[in-house]
Amino acid sequence: MPGKLKVKIVAGRHLPVMDRASDLTDAFVEVKFGNTTFKTDVYLKSLNPQWNSEWFKFEVDDEDLQDEPLQITVLDHDTYSANDAIGKVYIDIDPLLYSEAATVISGWFPIYDTIHGIRGEINVVVKVDLFNDLNRFRQSSCGVKFFCTTSIPKCYRAVIIHGFVEELVVNEDPEYQWIDRIRTPRASNEARQRLISLMSGELQRKIGLKVLEMRGNAVVGYLQCFDLEGESGLVVRAIGTACTLDKLSSPAAFLPACNSPSKEMKEIPFNEDPNPNTHSSGPSTPLKNQTYSFSPSKSYSRQSSSSDTDLSLTPKTAPYPQGPRIYLCPSSPSLSCGSLHLKKSCLLLSESSLTPHHSSLVSPVLRKSVSFSEELFLAASGMGSGSAGKEGGPFKALLRQQTQSALEQREFPFFTLTAFPPGFLVHVGGVVSARSVKLLDRIHNPAFVGIMGNTRSYKLLDWNSFNSGVQDVSFDGKFIFFKRLAVGMLLSDEPETRDAWWAEIRQEIKSHAKALGCHAVVGYSESTSICEEVCILSASGTAAVLNPRFLQDGTVEGCLEQRLEENLPTRCGFCHIPYDELNMPFPAHLTYCYNCRKQKVPDVLFTTIDLPTDATVIGKGCLIQARLCRLKKKAQAEANATAISNLLPFMEYEVHTQLMNKLKLKGMNALFGLRIQITVGENMLMGLASATGVYLAALPTPGGIQIAGKTPNDGSYEQHISHMQKKINDTIAKNKELYEINPPEISEEIIGSPIPEPRQRSRLLRSQSESSDEVTELDLSHGKKDAFVLEIDDTDAMEDVHSLLTDVPPPSGFYSCNTEIMPGINNWTSEIQMFTSVRVIRLSSLNLTNQALNKNFNDLCENLLKSLYFKLRSMIPCCLCHVNFTVSLPEDELIQVTVTAVAITFDKNQALQTTKTPVEKSLQRASTDNEELLQFPLELCSDSLPSHPFPPAKAMTVEKASPVGDGNFRNRSAPPCANSTVGVVKMTPLSFIPGAKITKYLGIINMFFIRETTSLREEGGVSGFLHAFIAEVFAMVRAHVAALGGNAVVSYIMKQCVFMENPNKNQAQCLINVSGDAVVFVRESDLEVVSSQQPTTNCQSSCTEGEVTT
Amino acid sequence: MTSELDIFVGNTTLIDEDVYRLWLDGYSVTDAVALRVRSGILEQTGATAAVLQSDTMDHYRTFHMLERLLHAPPKLLHQLIFQIPPSRQALLIERYYAFDEAFVREVLGKKLSKGTKKDLDDISTKTGITLKSCRRQFDNFKRVFKVVEEMRGSLVDNIQQHFLLSDRLARDYAAIVFFANNRFETGKKKLQYLSFGDFAFCAELMIQNWTLGADLKELKVLVADKDLLDLHKSLVCTALRGKLGVFSEMEANFKNLSRGLVNVAAKLTHNKDVRDLFVDLVEKFVEPCRSDHWPLSDVRFFLNQYSASVHSLDGFRHQALWDRYMGTLRGCLLRLYHD
Repeated sequence: MPGKLKVKIVAGRHLPVMDRASDLTDAFVEVKFGNTTFKTDVYLKSLNPQWNSEWFKFEVDDEDLQDEPLQITVLDHDTYSANDAIGKVYIDIDPLLYSEAATVISGWFPIYDTIHGIRGEINVVVKVDLFNDLNRFRQSSCGVKFFCTTSIPKCYRAVIIHGFVEELVVNEDPEYQWIDRIRTPRASNEARQRLISLMSGELQRKIGLKVLEMRGNAVVGYLQCFDLEGESGLVVRAIGTACTLDKLSSPAAFLPACNSPSKEMKEIPFNEDPNPNTHSSGPSTPLKNQTYSFSPSKSYSRQSSSSDTDLSLTPKTAPYPQGPRIYLCPSSPSLSCGSLHLKKSCLLLSESSLTPHHSSLVSPVLRKSVSFSEELFLAASGMGSGSAGKEGGPFKALLRQQTQSALEQREFPFFTLTAFPPGFLVHVGGVVSARSVKLLDRIHNPAFVGIMGNTRSYKLLDWNSFNSGVQDVSFDGKFIFFKRLAVGMLLSDEPETRDAWWAEIRQEIKSHAKALGCHAVVGYSESTSICEEVCILSASGTAAVLNPRFLQDGTVEGCLEQRLEENLPTRCGFCHIPYDELNMPFPAHLTYCYNCRKQKVPDVLFTTIDLPTDATVIGKGCLIQARLCRLKKKAQAEANATAISNLLPFMEYEVHTQLMNKLKLKGMNALFGLRIQITVGENMLMGLASATGVYLAALPTPGGIQIAGKTPNDGSYEQHISHMQKKINDTIAKNKELYEINPPEISEEIIGSPIPEPRQRSRLLRSQSESSDEVTELDLSHGKKDAFVLEIDDTDAMEDVHSLLTDVPPPSGFYSCNTEIMPGINNWTSEIQMFTSVRVIRLSSLNLTNQALNKNFNDLCENLLKSLYFKLRSMIPCCLCHVNFTVSLPEDELIQVTVTAVAITFDKNQALQTTKTPVEKSLQRASTDNEELLQFPLELCSDSLPSHPFPPAKAMTVEKASPVGDGNFRNRSAPPCANSTVGVVKMTPLSFIPGAKITKYLGIINMFFIRETTSLREEGGVSGFLHAFIAEVFAMVRAHVAALGGNAVVSYIMKQCVFMENPNKNQAQCLINVSGDAVVFVRESDLEVVSSQQPTTNCQSSCTEGEVTT
Repeated sequence: MTSELDIFVGNTTLIDEDVYRLWLDGYSVTDAVALRVRSGILEQTGATAAVLQSDTMDHYRTFHMLERLLHAPPKLLHQLIFQIPPSRQALLIERYYAFDEAFVREVLGKKLSKGTKKDLDDISTKTGITLKSCRRQFDNFKRVFKVVEEMRGSLVDNIQQHFLLSDRLARDYAAIVFFANNRFETGKKKLQYLSFGDFAFCAELMIQNWTLGADLKELKVLVADKDLLDLHKSLVCTALRGKLGVFSEMEANFKNLSRGLVNVAAKLTHNKDVRDLFVDLVEKFVEPCRSDHWPLSDVRFFLNQYSASVHSLDGFRHQALWDRYMGTLRGCLLRLYHD
């Protein structure tokens, strides 16, 4: 008897009138878990019943606890006829099953009916008493934590990142099980909701078991999706990254120490307290994400002004998990003369502190080394870069070996994470993707197994043959692989078939990664698009070389070699090619890294991950989209699959070309967060790629775009071409200005070092002398010869060029990106607005051409963006972050685009200051976090300090100091919740909340709703219907979070929004699936005032309780 | 290409104050878009008309969904569907219950019934306020009236508690309810010069100081008893001689004025006659004084002395009742005495 679930039904409010005669309702509640049902008394004649029930107790296995949702049904008692259902509440009790999350679920839940929507609210209290079960063969996986967040969650530290976990479960879809074809909407919808809830629970439990097998305790980057395969069934599948996480001690979470160089910390010079443990309770919240609330600049300035020791470390060393000692440093002090050494020590420390388990061991060494001389420093830095020279030194090889061994045991060395602990990502190869077209067949029906033998499955993809057709185009660092595989027979029973399909694709991805010299894939995701019986499976990720340290138990840490390897330059290291330049898998232009000039980099880099926090970016980034439609003949089954298979490579190619053109038009050289969605419909295919373009300082300046006409000797044509060319050149110039892309003038002296400070220069000279041959090569590779040539030989190409130029930049004061944060903006204020916008257009079906289709689709997306900018204009200056577009084709002539994003305000003044001088501009860093600041100024500061204590770069960092905190003061908008009766719950697709600190993760939110109407006109048409439904979904998510004691959902995502309408019948139906992580956050400004302040939601619960009693 | 569906849903519900005003004013989406275009918003923001149309539709839809909740403002506070900051909630409620001066003057004192509702067409034409807006305002009056009609306790407090209005607006609604309940005549031509503010001011004084059913008939003796009337007049005249610019006019008119004021009191005991209170006050007092060009200061002097002198009338035993009556009446008259 491993668990006891206890439920109390307290009260209801705002119930609908169920008895027309009295205008009142006689409500009672059924509480169901598994097969057990309890009922409350009937509360007569009230719209605000006070049941105040006893505790209903369910004694259940923890397996059931994981799988089953708690089902609460509110009914109206009727003496003479059947009781009428008012609505239901499903509560996922999973968050109660692990100790660190929520302990009680208590609050007002909207009562939901799939036909009527929300009908009043019910106050429920749920508790679980869990008994420990030592049975190691148990089927449950209670205690494994799940996070949607695709980075290490804020109040945890990653001890080991184990790797990929996946699972899928299948079932028949109740929607299609009505034997007599008489479907009762409510029963069918509720059956589906319940089934998906059950399947999700089961899936999570099974994944949890896999995690336990791997000896992990958490899944990060958990992504669960379902495929509505129609008559063939329902597939719920999930992927994630298994990790072993350490909770950072909670008191620390409340200390401002981690957020800004706090008072507590600042008096403690590092070397006065050699024992890091004494401080571990405080700042023990290192992880990447934690640290970014740090404000290094502040401490930096302090450091240069005060001085009691010369051996302190600056907070810039802090980004590494072994925080304690690092956090001491803000204190620091010192020295005008010592600072130079200081910086070096930081550098060393940051490198060596990559070994998290041995901080105490490492630090003494460091302390000694604080006295290091310049020579030592040079040696150290030289060792990293030198050893990893162009021949690929022994260290690189060793590193590769280690990583390989760590990864080789894994079937799929995939990671769903998009942001990583510092030092984790060593090199990035490029995007790898694979798609496969499959025919669906009925699942689980033995009668069909025989037939299944005839099923053919098409796997698309032949990169080689594809490439040969378009040889004149280089792929510029982003690689698409196609391979046409012989199709095997699929005989196995479900879910093995679906498993096999995915296994095949993953194999494909793995081999692509290998071809790029990478043994891992990061930022990995999978998706499907289904139309009738055809299904396109897609997977994509970023091939990468990882640091093995996080992948295994840290027993080998501390060894010298490893530490030296970690001296590899980290700021630009991820840009360096992981593959062998003599044996490249594709044609690409390589140059020496513009940052370190030691290693080769591609001229363009495409990835699916977030911009690494330590990357140096010039200017700001922007959202770049490629949009494409292709008409397709309607066809059945295999013919259809074949047609789709044949179209796909061309779509991929065109999408890629568009992305590349647009990137160059923006004057940028890298894409992050790339997501390509191919959607299949009855008579067309849609491709939508979104990514965030940036200018990486390590990569060469992109060449322009040159237009070449195919028909010379035609005067007017030539003129037209040159006119276009001029327009393109103007656009590029305008964009460079708009996005503040002013890379430092490339002269030999300062390549790769934006600030030509004396120190830096000497180093550069040194490296120059060391490798003069490289310099000449650099010169060769530099120049305009790599300009992108667009050949205009027909009207199509003309259209393409035109469409390039039609993308309008966002209005002034607006920026947009699809990554977590906007490169180049660091001073977020606390105002956020998450939203979902949906548009459906109907195409005029007559004579649709590809061009007309493309234009329609392009206009749809552009108009949608314009509308968003207009709607959110009051938030200017602001940035739309994590802009997530999804396209679906619900019917023949309908295109549906759904966008979810968050608008975040930032402080314009600070932004202006940061961009005042070109020097500063070039220093724009990748992320909002201070964390990156911690790392990045290492060298710069050391270099610049001697010359003048407050170099321009410093002014910038001071301004940026605790962007969140400052903004917060200015923008403290949220009134105390005493004023409002409902606590505010923030929602954001990001993993963090600007100006606030996440102190607790309460569990995963994964909800699935169906809404249907048979009175579409009365509910305001399709727009009214969907608007109300989405608002209701938000409300239900917020209510669940509030009931868990949380005040925000982070990493929120609307995974599915399937909308179907039948206006003739006045009907519509919509399915929505959302997920995210429920958290408790505390405003940083509050933190500074009262360090032990309670989460604001307490207020809400007290309010609601107050109401119950009234 | 036509947009079948076009929605925007924020976690925090976006409220555009300008669009809210247009919606409250009863403009159709098309008219609202045209008005917004005229405001120059396209030039300011660089948006297109299509964007404006979509935005306006979206806001209208939101307001339409909120309207149900606005009918019972506490519901707006407790509901979970729309996350709206408290200050915005207050704004939504306050604006929704705000009304037009021109409109309220038309219906003030009328029965809030279906019959009146039918007249809204005419009111709309007369005032230039859209019919939709007239309906909203009328329904608001009626809704508030229905809720607080039977309640005990302070009218203003009840309104505030059930509709979460600002103090100012709650007082206005109290006046509207008070007028509707007593059906005071306010539409006569001679009352046209009075603003809603004038009536609301009087209503507040009356709500605070008067309880219906008091035996105001007792005051009639002041004019019915000739000796008492003469004595009263001489007391007032003695006190005001030389202090009043219009002394002779006052002296000549004293008995008429006094009869008018005291008869108003007597009429207040008959429900049917109560309706004419303001007509009587204007006819019997305001107009005679105005035709003699009394300055407001003289009116004040006179009313003060007129009510105070009664204390010296030995034969009159209803001093307290008189003070309560005259205190309020004096306030009302001073407010009503203007052009």
